[in-house]
Amino acid sequence: MISKGATRNSNSRRVKFARRFVSALLHMRNRNPRPGSLSIEGVRTKSQRIKIAAYLSMAHAVGSRRAWSRAVLSKLGSRARRHMSRMGRSSLGSLKKKRVIRSYSPGELGQAKKLRQLVPGGKTMDICSLLEETAHYITCLATQVKVMQTLADNFSK
Amino acid sequence: MSSRRSSQSGTSRITDDQIIELVSKLRQLVPEIRNRRSDKVPASKVLQETCNYIRSLHREVDDLSERLSQLLATIDADSAEASIIRSLIAQ
Repeated sequence: MISKGATRNSNSRRVKFARRFVSALLHMRNRNPRPGSLSIEGVRTKSQRIKIAAYLSMAHAVGSRRAWSRAVLSKLGSRARRHMSRMGRSSLGSLKKKRVIRSYSPGELGQAKKLRQLVPGGKTMDICSLLEETAHYITCLATQVKVMQTLADNFSK
Repeated sequence: MSSRRSSQSGTSRITDDQIIELVSKLRQLVPEIRNRRSDKVPASKVLQETCNYIRSLHREVDDLSERLSQLLATIDADSAEASIIRSLIAQ
């Protein structure tokens, strides 16, 4: 059962996400009034930018408390995007950190590997952190989907 | 009962019990296996279903982003505000 404190947290997270995401959508709508115009940031489609805005908004709503949200913010955040465009893809090899030795539990190896690829930041977590982060990540993802659904339903009326 | 073995690494001693607890927590969150009897769902199945669930959520985000990109022209600040409130009520 979800405790009262947890429900309050999930509600405030939902609101923070919704506010931020909607504001990003409005910003996008205002920036490109003409359907055919090219965006300054490059050739990402509207749909890709909306997707990124959604993941970013949720990561911001969660903040830096969670490893997965930190990973999303560092990967997709505005500093990351500026960094990428300046440095170019080829020099990213030098940024890779030394590989962290994970402590596996026998038996979890095969499926945990797939999970690590799906959960942001999962590659360098120990199995316990991975499972904890996964639980939090999927509750937030489910919220994100519900809010996006509600918005899409309401905008098409 | 399973033995209380620790993992191989010396730095973080993760017990079987910790993992069992976390896996059961995950089980409650994944709709596919939430309603099945807990003693019949092995950890490997939980992890597999969790991966499937995450992938399906990612796909939903993709589809909804596509939908929203088509609706982008129609949104305005007021209806957006109303939508936020509505999404709060509909849990």
